[in-house]
Amino acid sequence: MSEAKIEIKNLYKVFGDHPSKVIELVQDGISKTDLLEKHGHILGLKDISLKIPNREIQVIMGLSGSGKSTLIRHINRLIEPTAGEIWIDNEDVTAMSQAALRDLRRFKTSMVFQKFALLPHRTVIENVAYGLSMQGVPEAEAHKRAMHWIERVELNGFENNYPGQLSGGMQQRVGLARALATDAEILLMDEAFSALDPLIRTGMQNILLGLQEELHKTIVFITHDLDEALRLGDNIAILRDGEMVQDGSPQDIVMRPADDYVSEFIKDINRGRVIKVGSLADPAASASDGAPIIVADTALETALSTLVAAPGQSCRITKKDGSDLGTLTLERAVAALHAPAG
Amino acid sequence: MDFFLEFPELGRHTLAAMRKAIDTSFIHFSREYGAALEAFFYPLLQFMIWFEKLLLSTPWPIILLIIGGLAWFGSRSVKITVGSVIAMALIGIFGMWEDTMATLAIVSVATLLCVVIGIPIGIVMARFERAQSVITPILDVMQTIPSFVYLIPVVMLLGIGKVPGLLAVCIYAIPPIVRLTNLGIRLVDRDVLEAADAFGASPRQKLFSVQVPLALPNIFAGVNQTIMMALSMVVIASMIGVRGLGVPVLKAISNQYLSLGLMNGLAIVALAIIFDRVSQTYGQRLQAYRKGFGDE
Ligand SMILES: Nc1ncnc2c1ncn2[C@@H]1O[C@H](COP(=O)(O)OP(=O)(O)OP(=O)(O)O)[C@@H](O)[C@H]1O
Ligand SMILES: [Mg+2]
Repeated sequence: MSEAKIEIKNLYKVFGDHPSKVIELVQDGISKTDLLEKHGHILGLKDISLKIPNREIQVIMGLSGSGKSTLIRHINRLIEPTAGEIWIDNEDVTAMSQAALRDLRRFKTSMVFQKFALLPHRTVIENVAYGLSMQGVPEAEAHKRAMHWIERVELNGFENNYPGQLSGGMQQRVGLARALATDAEILLMDEAFSALDPLIRTGMQNILLGLQEELHKTIVFITHDLDEALRLGDNIAILRDGEMVQDGSPQDIVMRPADDYVSEFIKDINRGRVIKVGSLADPAASASDGAPIIVADTALETALSTLVAAPGQSCRITKKDGSDLGTLTLERAVAALHAPAG
Repeated sequence: MDFFLEFPELGRHTLAAMRKAIDTSFIHFSREYGAALEAFFYPLLQFMIWFEKLLLSTPWPIILLIIGGLAWFGSRSVKITVGSVIAMALIGIFGMWEDTMATLAIVSVATLLCVVIGIPIGIVMARFERAQSVITPILDVMQTIPSFVYLIPVVMLLGIGKVPGLLAVCIYAIPPIVRLTNLGIRLVDRDVLEAADAFGASPRQKLFSVQVPLALPNIFAGVNQTIMMALSMVVIASMIGVRGLGVPVLKAISNQYLSLGLMNGLAIVALAIIFDRVSQTYGQRLQAYRKGFGDE
């Protein structure tokens, strides 16, 4: 894992009239129900700590009401924390003045919203240029740059339409272009694709992955959909009732679910596609001579046919640079395809 | 038993003394500050006089042309434009041109004043809860108190003439624009506001790039209502010396001239309809972006 771009440290959020009065109770571990019934406050987030690596896609996942939106809005401080800190590039966001915070939002972070949140009275190009005009870029230049991003999300020809004249998928492409146009290093996406039809949604995921391959932004992506999380995420954090239950790579989550909540989440997924052979290699065992070589980040699903055909039904697993990781047997591979007991 | 049949009111002398005390102190106040107030409103008076003269000295064909042009600019509707010009021509033919110009002058100036003062007040109300809780009851009083009641102090302070007439019209006509500006801004979608925040908009940028533009249709409905209410005050304003279509109506009431009253009344109605249609269609065009393809 590379160095952290965003670091969230012991973040708490309590909703209610006097959060500061009950925060100590929360820090002492009072339950969400007790807090609500005895003290009339809602526990939004509880002791969240998370390092979000630079230039990777961090997915935050959880059921409705688990605090995903609350968490992502703390990163650009659209919501004030009750306790805890958020650091971006070694700067404490929670300590920033209003002016510094505005600069952070103008230059360093940008956001894509579940309900698009476009300006209905402005055309597509004016919407895409919105962040640039907040940065103080002159209009002609802003429109020129906006046009570039409109082309990137394949909306050319629609730049003078109003959002109300576009389909949901097109509107969200405007939302994406608006966020990308500011050249911010951090992209915050709150269920950005959840309101779209499955097919369009897959299309948007492809657009995002394609752009990420060349842009390498730090993306925080919220979803309640595991398939989406596994497709996009370099890392996945799972929230439940405002607490973080697990944080790791997709493989970690699939192979070593932290608890029943996570197991329940992953029970229907195609494990063969998520698990990479690298994580299954057994350094102790030695492969028979002439065993085929498989690169570590090959999906298990793809490796199976090679394994079946291999002499002794085992293969050598190597990293991309050729260094040896160990051996994988068919037996071990098949075992990994089944969920851990329970 | 008597106690329950007769309301236990303050003694007659007490009440009389009280009223007298208030009246005399107000008279003192108006003697003291009347001149200063008049001086304060002097530029406004000059402006009104200038505007009325302008309307009256401009040749009628040009006025008709301007009215037609404004109607077209506002509504983009041939029907409304032609209708407006015909109505104005009829008004002229029936000998009410000058009075109509005078009425047009006061209504325009009053509306302008209401917009200039009312929109900022509405914005402040939308921004601060406290402002809203203080201003709302004041607006309620302004709208419900019979106009004759506030004519009294206005006339005591400023005498009879254009300025007190203008003030009376404005007091009556300003509440809708304030209310609808406030409402319009409060109704702006919270998601859109959050997006503006997320891109680093300052409160000021948010106001002018998001809140006011999205509140415009409502603000415009307020302008429309303000115009209508200003027109409906024309007769009352003429009681304190404002020239215009109200004057012949007053004369008709006291002398029982049915046709004179009816004609001038209908002229007021014609003006009202023109203003209403033009400003309403303009307000609707402001919302064109809400519709799908094929609309302007
Ligand atoms: N402004 C608020 N006041 C009070 N409670 C709130 C507020 N915002 C959020 N909550 C509560 O905090 C919890 C987490 O809400 P949040 O919107 O972050 O969930 P979420 O994971 O984004 O859910 P969804 O998938 O439905 O968007 C919920 O219990 C919600 O009721
Ligand atoms: Mg949410």
